[in-house]
Parts: sequence; C-alpha cells; structure tokens
Amino acid sequence: MSEGLEQSDVLDVLCPMHLVLAPTGHILHAGPTIQKLRPETPLTGQRFLEAFVVKRPRTIRSMDDLRRATDIKLHLEFHDAPRTALKGVLVPKPDGRMIVNLSFGISILDGVRDYSLTNADFAATDLAIEMLYLMEAKSAAMEASRRLNLRLQGAKIAAEEQAFTDTLTGLKNRRALNTVLERLVAARKAFAVMHIDLDYFKAVNDTLGHAAGDHVLQVVARAMVEETRRTDMVARVGGDEFTVVLPDVDSDEILRRIGRRIINRLEEPILFEGQTCAISASIGTVWIQGGERLSLEGILADADLALYASKHAGRACQTFYTPALRDPTAADAPAASVAPVGPARSRDS
Amino acid sequence: MHGLINRSIQNYVCDSYGPSCWAEATQRAGLEFTEFEAMLSYADDLTPRMLDAVCEVLERSRPEVMEDIGTYLVSHPTYEAVRRLLRFGGVNFSDFLHSLDDLPDRAKLALADLDLPNIELREHDEGRFSLICDAPVAGYGHLLMGVLRVMADDYGALVLLDHMGRNDGVETLTIKVVEADYSAGRSFDLGARA
Repeated sequence: MSEGLEQSDVLDVLCPMHLVLAPTGHILHAGPTIQKLRPETPLTGQRFLEAFVVKRPRTIRSMDDLRRATDIKLHLEFHDAPRTALKGVLVPKPDGRMIVNLSFGISILDGVRDYSLTNADFAATDLAIEMLYLMEAKSAAMEASRRLNLRLQGAKIAAEEQAFTDTLTGLKNRRALNTVLERLVAARKAFAVMHIDLDYFKAVNDTLGHAAGDHVLQVVARAMVEETRRTDMVARVGGDEFTVVLPDVDSDEILRRIGRRIINRLEEPILFEGQTCAISASIGTVWIQGGERLSLEGILADADLALYASKHAGRACQTFYTPALRDPTAADAPAASVAPVGPARSRDS
Repeated sequence: MHGLINRSIQNYVCDSYGPSCWAEATQRAGLEFTEFEAMLSYADDLTPRMLDAVCEVLERSRPEVMEDIGTYLVSHPTYEAVRRLLRFGGVNFSDFLHSLDDLPDRAKLALADLDLPNIELREHDEGRFSLICDAPVAGYGHLLMGVLRVMADDYGALVLLDHMGRNDGVETLTIKVVEADYSAGRSFDLGARA
C-alpha cells in the first residue's frame, strides 16, 4: 500500500489530472488538478462511470467495456455541471486497478477560465501554458492584422473612387465612362449615350474668369445629375464636355424628354458674384437597341457626329444619330432628328 | 524594423506627450508620414532616426526615453496584452527572468517576422543575475530595464537594477532580487480575455 501511495505522489506531479480506479470502478485517488475542478465534492469514493460520462466510444457502458478500452482516446465529460469536456487515456495495472489520465484538449481556455487554474496546476512539461500563450498572442496579432486590412481596404476604396471621379464636379470621369461603356458593349445591352457640349461656355471663361467657369461647371454638373434618372451615369469627359450613359431605354421619347430637360435647365441664368452667366447645351445622342456587336469607338464617334449636327443646326438642341448623318451631301439639310428646344435664340457663341 | 516597434514609439510619445509632439518628431526625422502601421515593415535606420528626433523634441536623453518606453510597454492599458504575455513566462520573478532567454523565440511564434534582439540571463548566486542583450538600437538595455522594473512590481518582488553600459553593440544589466515576495503584486489570470 505504501508503494501505491508513493506512486500517487509521482503521478500527482507528472499527471496532476489523473485518477486511480479500483477494479470495481470506484475512484481510489484523484490528482490535485482534476480534484480542483470539483472543489465541493471529493472524487475519491465515487464510481468513475457515475462521476463521468463517456461520450466516445459510445459502446462503453460498463466497467468491463472500459477495462477493454485501453490505448484509445476517450472523450469524456463531467456528469454534473459544468460539464467540462475532457480527453482521457486508460491504462490497466496488473493488480486490476486502472489509471486514467485526463486533459482539457481543445477546451483548455474554457477550462482554465471556469476553474481559475494557474501555471502550478499543470505539469512543468505540459504544453498547456504555451498553448494558452499562443492563443493569446495569435489573437492579438490577428486583431492587429484585421484592423490593418480594414484600413487598407478603406484606402483602396477611396483611391478607386478618386480614380473614377472628376475632382472639380464630383461627376465620374472618362476612365469611369469607358469602364461602364465597355461593360455594356460586351454584354450587348440596350442603352443610350448622350454627348453634351456646353454652348457659350468659352465666353463665360473669357469674360468672367476661370473661377466663374468652375462655378458654372459645378452648377451644370448638379443640374445634369438632377435631370437624369438615378440609373443614368453622368461623366465629365473634357473641359466643357459631358457624356451621359442611359441604360434601359425603351423609347426615344425618354431620351427626347431628358435632353429637353437638361437644355432647359442649363439655360437658366447662373449667378456668380453678382454676374449672370448664360449658357446652353448641344446634345448628340446614340440609341443602341442591344443584341448587336458594336465597338466603343464607333458608338462615341456616332455620338460626336450627332453632336456636330446639333451645333450645326444652331446649338441648344438634341440630334439623334442616324446613318444619314454620315452622308456629307445631307449634312447641310436640316435633319428630321434635330429637336430644337425653347424659343428661337439669336446669340453669338 | 518591424512596424510594431516603431508604432510602439509612436504610441508612447502620443499617449505621454500628445500627438503634436509626435508630429514634430516625425518632421524632424524627415518622415513623410506620421502614422506607423504595426503590421508593416520599415527600413532599419528609421528607428534610431526617430528616437533621436523624439529625444530632441522631448529634450531628454536616449537612456531616459528608452527606459520610459519600456515602462510604458508593460504598464499602459493599450499594451495590457504585452504584460499578460510576459506573465506567461513564469510563476515568480526569478522564473520570469529565466524565461527571457526564450523571449525572441516566443515573439516569433506570434509574429514570424518580428526579430527581437537576443537576450542571455546569467545567474551568479542566489538572487543575483546579469542580463546580457544585443542592442542593435542603442538603449535597448535601458528599455529592458523599464520593462523589468514594472514586471518586478507586477510579481510583487523588490529588485535592484543597474545598467552597466554598452560595449560592442551589447548592453548589460545587473539584477538583484532583494525580496521575492515583497508585496502582493498584480493579479494574473491565465484564462482572462486579453
């Protein structure tokens, strides 16, 4: 018996979570740490299979089953709350007694928290403390990395946003326009493109200065966004040149209406430091019916041609592209597609 | 140099003296930015340049500033994780001192690209130690001294520390543990959420 006690002393140091079981299945001795998990009730004297539930292998119901379950990993938990999950291994001794060594396994952090364990509760060779150290160090490092990733993602979105934005007006720029158009062309979608060129803008810039010009461009940009639909995209592609992309157009009447609204709106006098700036706009529109294979360059050239036709027809109007515009002999004839807007004006550019 | 180290210097200056002091120091050091990212890497020569500028702005010596940074790293609430991770090293202050040998390797476990200078502890007789550390940045020994002072309090140990100077890029500290259980120390819970 004294030999047995001595052995318990050794095991208490090497395996502080071990149990010594009698052949009957009663707990003869409990290591100091496993006992610490049940401070109110001594484990010694209880039946092992009443204090613990064997979760796996499920076939273990009796002490005889258990005795045969040597050298395999046992998954156990306490019978009463807190039902901490434990891993175990059982070794039978020649005298019929059994030693079960237990550990927390992956539930180590919960175990340490639930039972306020300290370094001294683990064997000096146990990697539990290193495991806890790593869990804490890694979560701190991951958290720092996560925050860096969020910041970088924010910076990336801001940079992309800037790269697609005209800084003076806040409208999309030519790069954004090309990206959207390429997508629509590739998908052979139906859409329309309006080229809008401001009339008399050069006069504003020349007589009232660049500050007035910039102000006019900002007002114009706002007006265009307001007079188009939410799904339309307005881009500033040059000094006083704008392009509107209109997806989902089912009749040219919508285009006529939007064009008319834009021109009417831009003809409203714009005040800048007490001075009135009066401008208008010419529009060239291409309506793509969809399903066709077209080139981006071709579409933009057609829109340009329609725009020149509007300029040619006396400005402040919208022209729809038709192949007839390509016929130089017809260029001077007033095209049916020209839609003058508002009262006739006589004004120099 | 790992951004974590530069960021620590930044946090120390900002938390102790205010962001404007830090902005002045970065300007003096010729930096084109004011924010170090803890999880990025920076050129090695940036750190000593930054420290020189900080000392100039604060009008304090390098050893003083370094020891202060060491103190800050293990006592400021922002760096509670550092104190906790160090406490994993040992159950008492002597045990903790012995764990310092493993510190660079432990740091590598958490962040593979974090190279902390090598540290070697020599025990002379009961309670008397020398700590020999590589100091690629002058004053690293002073920084460790600041860390050790706070950790000794943390463990409740009464300890005398001396910096024995710098030689060939190596700095040496002497440590005398006068009383291991001088005060209650601060609590340390293995399983607490950092």
